[in-house]
This record gives sequence, structure tokens and C-alpha cells, in this order.
Amino acid sequence: MSPDVASSLLDPIVLARIQFAANITFHILFPTISIAMGWILLFFKLRFNATGDQKWQEAYGFWVKIFALTFALGVVSGITMSFQFGTNWPGYMQTVGNIAGPLLAYEVLTAFFLEATFLGIMLFGQKKVSNRVHTFATLLVAGGTTLSAFWIIVLNSWMQTPTGFEMINGQAHVTSWLEVIFNPSMPYRLTHMLLASGLTAAFLVAGISAYRWFIGQRTNAVLAAMKTGVALAAILIPLQILVGDMHGLNTFKHQPAKIAAIEGIWETERGAPLLLFALPNAETRSNDFAIGIPKVTSLILTHELNGEIRGLNEFAEHPPVAKVFWSFRVMVGVGMLMLLTSWLAAWQLRRTNTLSPLVNKVLIGMTFSGWVATVAGWYVTEIGRQPWLVQGVLLTKDAASHVGSGMILSTLLMYLALYVFLLISYVSVVFYLAKKAGQPAGEH
Amino acid sequence: MLANIDLAYWLPVIFAGLMVVSMFAYVILDGYDLGVGILLELEKDTSEKDKMIASIGPFWDANETWLVLGVGLLLVAFPLAHGIILGELYLPVALMLLGLILRGVAFDFRVKAKAHHQAMWNTLFFVGSLLAAVSQGVMLGRYITGFAEGWGAWGFAMLVGLSLAAAYALLGAGWLMIKSTGSLQMRAVRWAQFSLGFAALATVLVSVATPWISPRVFALWFSVPNVFLLAPVPIFTAVLFAVIAYSLPRIAARQAQGNDRWCWLPFAATVGIVLLAFFGLVFSIFPHLVIDQLTIWQAASSTEALSIILAGAAIVLPTIFGYTIYSYRVFWGKAGELSYQ
Repeated sequence: MSPDVASSLLDPIVLARIQFAANITFHILFPTISIAMGWILLFFKLRFNATGDQKWQEAYGFWVKIFALTFALGVVSGITMSFQFGTNWPGYMQTVGNIAGPLLAYEVLTAFFLEATFLGIMLFGQKKVSNRVHTFATLLVAGGTTLSAFWIIVLNSWMQTPTGFEMINGQAHVTSWLEVIFNPSMPYRLTHMLLASGLTAAFLVAGISAYRWFIGQRTNAVLAAMKTGVALAAILIPLQILVGDMHGLNTFKHQPAKIAAIEGIWETERGAPLLLFALPNAETRSNDFAIGIPKVTSLILTHELNGEIRGLNEFAEHPPVAKVFWSFRVMVGVGMLMLLTSWLAAWQLRRTNTLSPLVNKVLIGMTFSGWVATVAGWYVTEIGRQPWLVQGVLLTKDAASHVGSGMILSTLLMYLALYVFLLISYVSVVFYLAKKAGQPAGEH
Repeated sequence: MLANIDLAYWLPVIFAGLMVVSMFAYVILDGYDLGVGILLELEKDTSEKDKMIASIGPFWDANETWLVLGVGLLLVAFPLAHGIILGELYLPVALMLLGLILRGVAFDFRVKAKAHHQAMWNTLFFVGSLLAAVSQGVMLGRYITGFAEGWGAWGFAMLVGLSLAAAYALLGAGWLMIKSTGSLQMRAVRWAQFSLGFAALATVLVSVATPWISPRVFALWFSVPNVFLLAPVPIFTAVLFAVIAYSLPRIAARQAQGNDRWCWLPFAATVGIVLLAFFGLVFSIFPHLVIDQLTIWQAASSTEALSIILAGAAIVLPTIFGYTIYSYRVFWGKAGELSYQ
């Protein structure tokens, strides 16, 4: 390691950012599943109520366990977040606390308690309450997780496209709550995130069901869950591509520097190509080994073949290009795979009521593909906003705390070790549960 | 009428009050389930361990939410203090989070993992619970001394850490007495007797050490007429400890005959002790958020932001109380085997 790199690694701001990035990366994995999984469980429950077919009850019984596990990891890693605002970014709340405060408060007040309390009834109360109350508890948990996502995305969108406030003595004061909540990027960001959650949960359900099918658990319940997952994925992915495109247009309007980084455009140009591959080079301020399709980026963003796209050189402050550029391509690439896989699987299931061995294996391989796409997309959004914490209002470095590097580094290593351990445990327990579900009761 | 109320004065007071209420709710509610986690190590029988965990299964998640609310209120209502306090408490906060994460996931993993991994998750559940309890106490200790440096201050913080773990164990044992039957209930009485001594000793030590370390707190408690007005606090605390000590052997004797009356008494008395401790603490600190440095008014968010949050809280908090009570009623009575049924 060069002395340069070593000293920058000991920079408390860099460390605080790595630590925070590690925490949100770990955290987001679980809400991404649980938001949509809540609704999938409600669907199973409602199907069972309507048809009385035991397979839906079985599907509910299996997936509610995975939901509980996911939820627990989401809660504990979320608690970590609420503390780290203070420990790592004291300047954040001191500057925009008047806006972030009420939004976070509403998240805890309206969503957190609702889901946490009714989760108990949903998980352990099936025999203690009537079926109707149990269905209602499932609905409340699903609604609670979604409401939670709503408030968090509102706050995040406001950090990207802040409106409805004025700065007085270095502190943000609200002038219109409507403008704060319905800020320009919120509808796109929220829809994009909810669809991402739907896709992540759909591929998890399809992938684990395909695994159970593969190891011989060919029951009606497994097939029903697999069909649900595949159908959901096949329906949601074109929607997601459409919404993603609209979200991109919105970003082009409000955060042009982020778009320039996503597309790897250094100089302002007309008829910008869509780069399929390139190594953005921050030193020469150009791309190495660029391969692109001419004019397509201009076409997508301006709906004109020769539309003008502003380049990075026009912005005094712009995000680190390579990270944003590649995160975006990972997200889109996984999205394309999702489109292919889900449509192929849906077609096969419709025609033959089963999967070919190859598609079956691909589905298993894509069990956690939603995670990859979501995390990559999240990086595009969050790194794409740098060096700002709140676009145009607060620089990330101005919000950092004065805690020493040693302290941040040691806790960072502790968190990383913990997260790796928990992630491995989570994935192996999910597969273990799937394997165990096939054994008759009493043998495990 | 309403126009005459000075919102800039009262809103921070109201939020400080709400914060104390949610912290109190947290200490009682998560206190008992952390306590059950600490006691888990003392139980050797696996099926009895399962019963212990089953008694807290439907509740621990919602219990922990009070911590999020308490810290959340500090964050949103007093952003300045949040930064200072959590910055100073960086290390114990990180360790507490480690503990809470470990126990939170161990709770779920232990029932789902392979049989030969179950022992590991049980141990992690215990370790996480103990770590969370001790670090919360250390945070309290650091806070009381105004984040003073030096071995004395850290030693004191460790002392508070162990006290809080003992208090949680007492709460946990009281909870198990209510929620269990048979041999587990008998063991809960023994654990209560054991942790009672520690909790009492710790209470005395903390009560002596706090005024000894902070001259301001000393002046507050030992001046006339406060010393007389406040005398009921230590007296009632002592009475409640005595009530628990007196009742435990009698409860054990009654249980042996299958009589379950008064099984709730130790838990209720412990709640009373915690309530008195809270009163003492708030009395010593108010209106400061960071002792002798920062008052609630200096640290508060803008009046507009606080009004918006309060409007939501006024509607939502009663609802939360409502469905929390509903949830406890659903799972009322002795805890059975925990299953997703």
C-alpha cells in the first residue's frame, strides 16, 4: 500500500463514510426483502381465505419464517442507523434537523411501532386470535413496512432534490411541508425503490422455491410459491425499466452531474453515445477503452438523437465517476438478466407447469440477484450525490464528527466482521430452512 | 388562552418529558427481555431455555422500538445534544449495538438453525444481552459524570454497567415468575433472590457515588429542605427491596403447593424501584441535557419543527399504547411453546 493510500484510509471522514456505507449496505438488504414480502404473505393469506386450499397456508407458514428472520435483521441494523446519525454525522442534524427530524419521527411513530407490535401477532398469534384479526395483523405489518419506506425515501429524496425550505443562520427552516414531502424526485425514487423491493422478494421466493423443487420437494405449495414469485418478477421488471427510465429523466433535470457520471460524459456533447464499457479515468478526465452505441444516451435522456448532455467538466463539484458509472451498469445488467430469466420461466411454467433443469438452476442462482441490483442502484444514488450530503446545502465533510480515526477504524472492523458473519448465517439458514421444510414434522 | 403559552419554553419541556417516558418504557420493557437473555446462561436444560425465550418472543421487537423512539426523540428534538452525547458515547454505543444485533438475530436464528448450531446461538443470545445491558449502564455512568475522563470515572461507569445488568436480571426473573410454571418458575425465584442482592448493592453504590462525583447533585440532594422532601425516594426504594426480599421465599412456598397468587409482586416492585431511580436521575439532571453544559432549550430544534412532531405524537402515542396493551392481552397468561401457529 502506498503511503498516500494509507494516510487517506486513516482520514476520519473517509473512515466514517466507509463505516456508514457498510452499515446502510447491510441494512438495506433486509427492508428490501421485507417490504414486498409482507404483501406476498398477505397474498398467500388472502388466497387461503378465499380458496381454503391448504397449499396457500403451507406457503404462508414457510415464508413467514423467512420474513421473521429478515425482519429481525432489518430491525437490529436499523437501530444501528439511528445511532450513527449522531455518532458519525452530527453536522447533519444540526444543519437540516428541522426537516429530517420530523420525517424520521413520523417514520418511528407511524410505521416502526405498528409493524413491530403486530409482527408478534402475525408470527405467534395464529391460534390466539381469530383468522380475521390475523389477516388484519398481516395487512398492518405489510402496510407498516411500506409506510416506513415512504418516510425514509421522502427524506432521502429531499436530500437529493431539496425544496420547500430556507436557510437562516446556517440552519434549514421549512417553508412548505408539502414541497418538502413531495419534492421533485420523491415519486420516482419511491416507485423505483418499491419495485426494487418487489423484484428482490419475487426472485427470493422464486429462487428458494426452485431450490426446493430441485431437491425433490415437488409439492403444490412449492409450485404455488414459485409461480407467484416468477409471475410477480415477470410483471414488475418491465414496469421497473419504465420507471427507471423516468427516474433517469428526472435526475437529468435536477442532478445533471450525477447523470454525467452515470454516462461517463466528461465534455458537454451532442449525440452522446451509450457506453457499454469504459474505464473512466479521473486523472486524464476521459474514458479509456470506451465502447458505445452512438447517440443512444442523447436519445434516452433528451428524446432527440443530437440532444445536448452536459459533461462533468462543467461542474465544479462532481461525484467520483468510475464508482457511479460501474454501479449503474451492474444494476442495469442484473435488471436485464431478471427480464430474461423471469419471462423465460413464466413462459415455461405456463406451457408445461414445470421448469426445464437449466432455467431451474438459473433461478436458484438468481435467488439473491435483487440484492445486487438494489445495492448497486443505491450506490448510484448515494455516491452520485457526493460531495454533497444534502445537494447544494451541506457538504459531507462538513457533517462529519471529530471522533478519532482509531475509534472509527476499530468499530468499523468490528461491524464488518459482524456483518460478514451475519450475512453468511442468513443465507445458509434460509437454504437450511428450505431443505428442512421437506422433512416430515418431528424429524428435525 | 393558547396564545399566551410560551411554546419556545414548553415544547422542549414536553419533548424532554416524552423522552423520559420512552426511556422508562424501554428500561422496563426491554429490561425484562434483556434480563431473560442474561438468565438464559444459568439455565442448562434446552427445553427450559426454549420456554424462557418463548416468554419474550412476541414482545422483544416492539420493546426495542422504545429505544429507537427515545434516541429518535433526542435526535429530532435536541439535535445539538444528540451529536454531543452520542459522540462522547461512541464506544459504548457501538458495543451496545453489537450486543443488540447479536441477540436480535440469535433469537431468530436459534430456532431455525441446525441442531448443533443451536448452542452457539443460545450463547450469543446471552452474550448479546449481557453486552447490551452492561454498555447501556456504562453509557448512563458516563453520562452522569458529564463524560469525565480518568480511571475513577470509567470505574464508576463500569459499576453502573454491572448494576444495570443486575437490575435487568431482576426484572427478567420477575417476568419469568409471571409467565412460567413449574420448575422454571421455581428457578426464577432463585434467580431473583440471587440478582436481588446484586441489584440492591448496586443501587446503594450508585446512589452514594453519584453525589460524591458531582458536587452539583450533592448540593441538590443534601440541602435543606430538599433532603427532607426527597427522603421518601431512598426510603421507598428500600421498602420495595424489602418487599421483594420478604415475598420471594413465600412465593416459592406457595408455588410448591400450586398456588400462583402474588407471582407478579416482585416484577411490580422492581418496576417501582426503577421508577424511583428514574425520578432521582431526572431530578438531578433537569433542565440539563448534557450535565452542567447544555440545557434543553439550548439544544432544541425550531419551534415549528417541534410543533409538527408533537401534532403527530399526540395522535400516534395513544394509538401505540392502545395496540401495545392489545398485544399483551393477546399473549396474556403463561407462555406456551413458541410456534408459528
